[in-house]
Amino acid sequence: MSAHESKYTPANPVLRWVEDRLPILGFAKSTLVDYPTPKNLNYWWTFGAILAFMLGVQIVTGIVLAMHYTPEASLAFDSVEAIKRDVVGGRIIQAVHSTGASMFFFAVYIHIFRGLYFGSYKAPREILWILGVIIFLLMMATAFFGYVLPWGQMSFWAAAVITNIFAAIPIIGDPILQLLRGGFAVDNPTLNRFFSLHYLLPFIIAAVVFLHIWALHVPGNNNPIGVEVKSERDTVPFHPYYTMKDFFAVVVFCIPFAWFAFFAPDILGHPDNYIQANPLVTPPHIVPEWYFLPFYAILRAIDFNFILDSKLLGVIAFGGSILILFFLPWLDTAKVRSGTFRPAFKWFYWLFAVNFLLLMWYGAQTPDMKVVGPFTVADVSKLSVAYYFLYFIVILPLLSRFEKPRPLPNSISEPVLGKPAQATT
Amino acid sequence: MATESNLAHDDTPNAGRRDFLYVATTAVGIVGVGAVVWPLINQMNPDASVLALSSTEFDLSGVEEGASVTIKWRGSPVFVRHRTQKEIDEARAVPMSDLKDPQTDEARVVAGHEQWLIMVALCTHLGCIPVGESGEYDGWFCPCHGSQYDTSGRIRKGPAPTNLIVPPYKFLSDTVVQIG
Amino acid sequence: MIKITTIFAAALIGLGLAAPVTAQEAGHTEAAKQHWSFAGIFGTYDQNQLQRGFQVFREVCASCHSARLLAFRNLAEEGGPAFSEGQVKELAAQYEVSDVTVAGGKRKALPADHWPSPFATELDARDANGGAFPPDMSVLAKARSIEDGFPGWVFNYFTTYAEGGPDYIHALLNAYSEEVPAGVTNSDGTPFTLPEGKYFNAVFPSNSIGMPPPLSDGQIEYAAAADGTTVPLTVEQYSKDVSAFLMWVAEPHLDNTKSAGFKVLAFLLLFAALMYLVKQRLWRKVH
Repeated sequence: MSAHESKYTPANPVLRWVEDRLPILGFAKSTLVDYPTPKNLNYWWTFGAILAFMLGVQIVTGIVLAMHYTPEASLAFDSVEAIKRDVVGGRIIQAVHSTGASMFFFAVYIHIFRGLYFGSYKAPREILWILGVIIFLLMMATAFFGYVLPWGQMSFWAAAVITNIFAAIPIIGDPILQLLRGGFAVDNPTLNRFFSLHYLLPFIIAAVVFLHIWALHVPGNNNPIGVEVKSERDTVPFHPYYTMKDFFAVVVFCIPFAWFAFFAPDILGHPDNYIQANPLVTPPHIVPEWYFLPFYAILRAIDFNFILDSKLLGVIAFGGSILILFFLPWLDTAKVRSGTFRPAFKWFYWLFAVNFLLLMWYGAQTPDMKVVGPFTVADVSKLSVAYYFLYFIVILPLLSRFEKPRPLPNSISEPVLGKPAQATT
Repeated sequence: MATESNLAHDDTPNAGRRDFLYVATTAVGIVGVGAVVWPLINQMNPDASVLALSSTEFDLSGVEEGASVTIKWRGSPVFVRHRTQKEIDEARAVPMSDLKDPQTDEARVVAGHEQWLIMVALCTHLGCIPVGESGEYDGWFCPCHGSQYDTSGRIRKGPAPTNLIVPPYKFLSDTVVQIG
Repeated sequence: MIKITTIFAAALIGLGLAAPVTAQEAGHTEAAKQHWSFAGIFGTYDQNQLQRGFQVFREVCASCHSARLLAFRNLAEEGGPAFSEGQVKELAAQYEVSDVTVAGGKRKALPADHWPSPFATELDARDANGGAFPPDMSVLAKARSIEDGFPGWVFNYFTTYAEGGPDYIHALLNAYSEEVPAGVTNSDGTPFTLPEGKYFNAVFPSNSIGMPPPLSDGQIEYAAAADGTTVPLTVEQYSKDVSAFLMWVAEPHLDNTKSAGFKVLAFLLLFAALMYLVKQRLWRKVH
């Protein structure tokens, strides 16, 4: 978004008149058309555009659903059903929104893990990364508020359990809990404020996305070999090369999205959410949506007291597992960005990825289920939690000091040791 | 989504040549955008539960001669007036040439049930509810902009363009009417 | 392209990790999957079956269970039992609904009205049913399911298995036995005893259910189908028909949604192919 350097002069006199007063066309041209982009970005890089697309989908379908939804405890469940049954095309719009949340999170996890592998968080892109973590946090909050709105059993108990996390804070925990819920328990006031926040947050996300893209355009994109752009030969203009590549990726992404939305809209949800909220009955298995499972597993794995009591400790681990991402640029100080050239890092990285999926799986199981021999989910998930934190706090800092990276190519365009730098398609 | 017009901008050596691939992709893209936009607009139309409420039954036996009641049909008020013989005679004595929107009184009621005048209670000007048994013509007077209707609900004076609308209705028996 | 495929394969596996797993108790039977006409991406409802299922619902279930989201007009909709408008009007007129705007507070139902509930409040329902509350049937078929262990749930994403509800309801209706079978235990291993006023059901989670066996062979004489289809008058048949009907009540636009889905998928595949060619042509000279 280096708009100030733009010397764009439209040919059309009306546009020129506008441009003289508000240089918005030059701004758009320099950020979306001329922006020099490394020519070796692979398909993992298209997930940025996919995420922008998904944010748009969720906002548009969300606004439509809000036209028909009633945020009142006795009417909310039936109003969601009325959307599915009576509103013209409502079943599909609702399905796109609810499966859209899953697709959105799927894409954001790919985007985050791409950044982790290719070192996209390293200088000079620390603020870009931090803004990304903020977006992720806002997404989690938005998804949680949204999940409460249908006011089914899972909605209600998710609201009860998650707000209860704040009760772990010493002394001020209980007053905060009542403040968040607007009552002694989750009830109509909670639903009302969650609806308000669910409507608000996506626009805040959009604003932070704007900053995220701004912070991207200052240093420019990272790329699969992690060597900075050295000359114009290393880049192509964003349009049409990446607009069309991203567009293609978005269309492909829509195929599984449509598959779920049209043919299996409820398969990612939980049947209990088709039972209207009942504050007197807890469902037998409370499971969050799949995209929260790794963090839910971390929260639940801490079932022992250690200086602090287990509840507070679990909450600290839960919060810490996300907050630690803010410090990542200063934990991994290795000079080489891309994991491709870091032989030892690769192993720990993939172990981290598998460990994350394991945590996801643990999150869906009952804690007393046996996994290996006499060891239960509660036992083995402690190992996974330990590795999750060790990766950031111990492994990455040590690797930065002791790992010997493979030789880097001179530039994106120049092959190293006679091999082509990276396939471009 | 990116805009289709982007595709027109092409910096291949063949730029400017009408390229089948780009034209086809743009066309398919436009169809796609249309197919997405239309349902998002169409959802604002009345939903199935609203459309289903298209008829209302009403029992007339409680309405005395000279009285009128207002009932709700499709979310709007409807006047049901039990007219006196004087009102009917008045309405039928008006020459067509005096009317802004000429229509006989007979055409506005059901033969055999002339005493019952059933009309959507919204002024045809801008939709306020006219006040009954008032105005210069003994009919209805709209307080918003001064439209005056006679005892048959026909516009006689003021800005309203047409007579008060008679909804579709039928008598199920002598005392029960179904509107809609 | 290979990379993209890998991504989505990985994604589907990743998403699959969310499926919960259930524990098994002695004497407890898991519901078996049935063949349903509406299963899979090509499945559609069988109109005759929905009409029969409606008859079972109306004559048996509806005397205790409500279905407050079901409107009479729904029964005439395409993709459902699709009775004629006239039939639905006639049917509705046989029921009374509350309406505060009419004298007496009751009037004959119209097609726009919702299915009247057999009990005014949950308390009334419990009083009449020995303390048990017959759940509302509007979305019951989606509020119940059977659970698949690994790797079943991975395949479910590809087969779009969404018939856990009807599978469960069908199994439950066929899992009654008059005597508690030998060897049944509670989840903690102690011998199972049936509480007073309850019935043994091998599929119901606690094995002791408040609902007496609702169906018996020959209980309902099905109205003749328009195309002359005849079916056996057995509990098995009744329970399949009513499960299918309840699935329709819970998901009335299933047929429509699927046919829209085919158009969308066909469009996306075509568009993706074109976009791929566009992208390839643009990138051809960049190396």
